[in-house]
Amino acid sequence: MQVPAFFEYQRATSVEHVVTLLERFGPEARIVAGGHSLIPMMKLRLAQPELLVDVNDLHELAGITVDGSVDAGHLRIGALTRHAELLASSVAGEHFPILHDAERVIADPVVRNRGTIGGSVCQADPSEDLSGVFTALRAVAVIRGADGDRTVPMREFFHGPYETAVRPAEILVELRVPLRTGAGSAYVKVDRRAGDWAVAAAGAVVSLGPGGVVDEVGIGLTAVGDADFTAVEAEDLLRGRVADEDAFAAAGAVAAEHCRPTADQRGPVDYKRHLAGELTVRALRDAVARARRGRSAG
Amino acid sequence: MTGTLDACAGPGFGPVPRKEDGRFVRGRGRFVDDIALPGMLHGAVLRSPYAHARIRSVDVTAAESHPKVRAVITGETLAARGMAWMPTFSHDVAAVLATDKVRYQGQEVAFVVAEDRYAARDALALIDVDYEPLPPVVDARLALALDAPVIRDDLADRTDNHVFDWETGDPDATAALFARAAHVSECDLVYPRVHPAPLETCGTVADFDRISGKLTVHATAQAPHAHRMLYARIAGIPEHHIRIIAPDIGGGFGNKVGMYPGYLCAVVGSIMTGAPVKWVEDRSENLMSTSFARDFHMHGEIAADADGHILALRVSVLADHGAFNATAQPSKFPAGFFGVFTGSYDIAAAHCRVTGVYTNKAPGGVAYACSFRVTEAVYLVERLVDVLAHDTGRDPAELRMANLLTPDRFPFRSATGWEYDSGDYPRALRTALDTAGYAGIRAEQAARRASFEKTGKGPLTGIGMSVFTEAVGAGPRRLMDIMGLGMADGAELRVHPTGTAVLRLSCMSQGQGHETTFAQIVSHELGLPVDAVDVVQGDTDNTPFGLGTYGSRSTPVSGAAASVAARKVREQARQVAAVLLEVAADDLRWDAGPGSAEGGSFSVAGVPGVSVSLREIAMAAHGGLDLPEGVEGQLAATTVYNPPNLTFPFGAYVCVVDVDPGTGEVDVRRFVAVDDCGVRINPMIVEGQIHGGLADGVGMALMELVAFDDDGNHLSASFMDYLLPTAMECPPWELAATVTPSPHHPLGAKGVGESATVGSPPAVVNAVLDAIGVRHADMPLTPAHVWRALQGRPIRPDIAIR
Ligand SMILES: Cc1cc2nc3c(=O)[nH]c(=O)nc-3n(C[C@H](O)[C@H](O)[C@H](O)COP(=O)(O)OP(=O)(O)OC[C@H]3O[C@@H](n4cnc5c(N)ncnc54)[C@H](O)[C@@H]3O)c2cc1C
Repeated sequence: MQVPAFFEYQRATSVEHVVTLLERFGPEARIVAGGHSLIPMMKLRLAQPELLVDVNDLHELAGITVDGSVDAGHLRIGALTRHAELLASSVAGEHFPILHDAERVIADPVVRNRGTIGGSVCQADPSEDLSGVFTALRAVAVIRGADGDRTVPMREFFHGPYETAVRPAEILVELRVPLRTGAGSAYVKVDRRAGDWAVAAAGAVVSLGPGGVVDEVGIGLTAVGDADFTAVEAEDLLRGRVADEDAFAAAGAVAAEHCRPTADQRGPVDYKRHLAGELTVRALRDAVARARRGRSAG
Repeated sequence: MTGTLDACAGPGFGPVPRKEDGRFVRGRGRFVDDIALPGMLHGAVLRSPYAHARIRSVDVTAAESHPKVRAVITGETLAARGMAWMPTFSHDVAAVLATDKVRYQGQEVAFVVAEDRYAARDALALIDVDYEPLPPVVDARLALALDAPVIRDDLADRTDNHVFDWETGDPDATAALFARAAHVSECDLVYPRVHPAPLETCGTVADFDRISGKLTVHATAQAPHAHRMLYARIAGIPEHHIRIIAPDIGGGFGNKVGMYPGYLCAVVGSIMTGAPVKWVEDRSENLMSTSFARDFHMHGEIAADADGHILALRVSVLADHGAFNATAQPSKFPAGFFGVFTGSYDIAAAHCRVTGVYTNKAPGGVAYACSFRVTEAVYLVERLVDVLAHDTGRDPAELRMANLLTPDRFPFRSATGWEYDSGDYPRALRTALDTAGYAGIRAEQAARRASFEKTGKGPLTGIGMSVFTEAVGAGPRRLMDIMGLGMADGAELRVHPTGTAVLRLSCMSQGQGHETTFAQIVSHELGLPVDAVDVVQGDTDNTPFGLGTYGSRSTPVSGAAASVAARKVREQARQVAAVLLEVAADDLRWDAGPGSAEGGSFSVAGVPGVSVSLREIAMAAHGGLDLPEGVEGQLAATTVYNPPNLTFPFGAYVCVVDVDPGTGEVDVRRFVAVDDCGVRINPMIVEGQIHGGLADGVGMALMELVAFDDDGNHLSASFMDYLLPTAMECPPWELAATVTPSPHHPLGAKGVGESATVGSPPAVVNAVLDAIGVRHADMPLTPAHVWRALQGRPIRPDIAIR
């Protein structure tokens, strides 16, 4: 049987309490949210924290709300929001269909009922779907420590596999996704089976200007070796171009060229590189179609 | 002999809800890990991180000084008891705990017994093993190279990794037909290593009583009686002092046939500590170290005349057996029943050669619902027929139809000497094609293909099929044995004075619903309600000897035994009834009746209204009645059923897939399965078995794989890496049935537990390859494999993707 090594456990009563506990116990203390990444690692003894700080009672970390105006505001997603809550949130789906596209293909309902958004991005697994989503969305992370809150753009959040901007005595509080009218977004993933981690996946967020020209674009790539989960070169190529099939193909080619996948049992490098391109094209195609539909509806 | 579903409409038969499900759906099943005995200790296994390494030393002092550790067992401890090695099912030995070398990653090196499972696991980290890594043999195709490291240097005079050569069929007759064939197609196919992966892993609670000298083993055992003999031989405990109890088992698929080191270490742990010892392996341990399946590298050739009539088959196989030859199959069949590879076709000559090799991988083999390698045989021939169709531009359905054995050929003796009992293959294939609407899907496929060629966008549709013949229900015992134990099964039936009954069996359910099906057999024979028959299995103290449940043998062998025992009881009842009614036994007519609590009845021929029910007879048989000479009284019978032949269930499957050529993703859109397993005792249970097997087939065809990297690291040691199919990958199964009874089984039934696992993989693979227009690519057809096949650079599945 798989059983974890000895650890202590504390149920936090406030975010400040979390920070105090983390400070007191040092780097061997770990936050546990949904536990769907941490507990399996503890059972395999790949992680052996001395203290688990349980944040599941902290309602201040939960909830999905729109803060500010539709143009200048943002969608606030609390770190303790469960995958299932994000999937069920109509306000999230309305503004950012990419969130629902992604949540539909993350794990399975059992995992989605417990696993949290904060846990997902803090886990920083190179195949984590939401990492590519939030970099595409140019979301901002709000992190709290003893000195109060600081914000980190998601594009600077990931410091390599399983490493993030969150320091040992800090906690991710929420993610803020800037609202942008007339944007369309989409996420596409290839896996070997429902609930499997991505072989490769791509997310795209596109704002169209007059004449169908790409105003701003975000492209997130998952599982293909980009440390920051972002296809910057493809974004640069697209910005200012007419959003048509040729542009998508060119962006796909650039995304494929610049990604750095490694071979594993999910597939060889050439295939993953091909997927990075193919899925970038498909995500862009869907995102632009949604942007157009949004404009004509609006 | 052919029939319809009406043939299954006997008394007692039908879709009776499963008796066992009441406890399962309430979460009240009782599995090994649910057992907690007073004072029970817990075991944990230390495993090798290396695929091949010499053991310089094992230092357990730190582990032994852990306050909760009660014993640490190493290879040396076992060697002192003569237990460091155990015999395998295939004329070899396997290490219990490694003494000289480790030979695969995950091999057992030491066993800790502690007061709780946490401490047992903690103590593993305190054991210090000094390994000297050796180069491993990972690629089976290099195992016989002159410079390959010798894995089994424990065996005297070993200079290579060769295990056996075996052949079947007539090489000269085959060569002659190939020489005059108008067309020959060849193909290399890998049936990669897969794992049975039952949801419940293997486990045991061993309880040795120092006072009585008795050993009780609660274990996940598909073959409890065979296990008892093995414990007696290996541990030296007299067989009558050993009791094996298999509680509820959460899936077996062959994984729980074999003897594993953890079981034996738990026994030794219990002997050493005087307390019961539980050991339940975790998922990774199960996937890394217990019986794998398949791992056949096949080269097939198929010869046909100008009209597309198949003349002959020729096959050579390289079989990867892992580090110890421990395949669980009848001992005279080193390649199992692979010899049935001529399948459902009228093929005049065939020949096959199989070479087994050792590699630095886990032993076991021939598990996973394979009917002793009929799975590989069916995959080979059904793929070759499709390759022939591809090469000669023929429709695979027409090609099959033109070559199938026709019903008038049964009983049929195949070119490799198997006697098929009964079958109607054209009817099964016709039914499957009609149900699928074959012409319509072909038209749809053509339209999709045309659109793809115009727009470059998918999906592409593919249609695949297979017509399989299974060979299940081993023995007869003259031909088939496991470690010298003939493959016959016992049954004991006792009818109580008040007319209820208890049936004791030597087979053991792992989810197949024996408690229901076997009660139905007794109900069928005696007219008792299904609920009035209790079925006892899995406890060697309370069941007759027999070889257990695997290879789809429960219904063909134990089912026949139950039927024979019940008929013996019925004949006893006739004698008692004759006394009660004061007539000659021959004048009595049996009527099974409506299945009421009275049971069936005997009435006097030609005298209406004079009858006596089984319930009345049961009371009288236990009462004060004066019985004639030779009638002993009471109603009870035992039997040992030695099957005269295997049964040969068959079926025709049609699979429809959509493939996204841009990503290689496969969607199994439809699956039509026509199964013929003879008479169906409980059609609902039969369909459940088929559902499971079809899902297995989708899994193996599309995702399941045990692979190793160059260092012999196991790359599939969790359910994140060893993918089992989910409901999302399974279409709504479209099932149909034909009924061709077995002429030699008392109920006309054949086995069905493995049919769908055997028959479905080639249908899925054929469909995917049909969609993408590729002649051959190996399983599992994951998106990457499909895409690379489309690029003309298929991936070799048995080695790590690089
Ligand atoms: C079977 C299975 C399948 C899966 N499939 C997928 C998939 O297809 N795609 C995918 O993207 N993911 C998948 N996952 C992963 C899953 O979505 C997330 O990784 C998981 O839900 C993480 O969230 P959690 O709340 O469970 O995190 P936990 O396990 O509780 O924590 C993960 C890490 O984040 C840290 N952490 C948690 N919350 C905070 C916080 N507020 N501040 C700072 N640090 C924090 C913890 O200390 C820990 O290091 C799968 C998981 C499982 C078990």
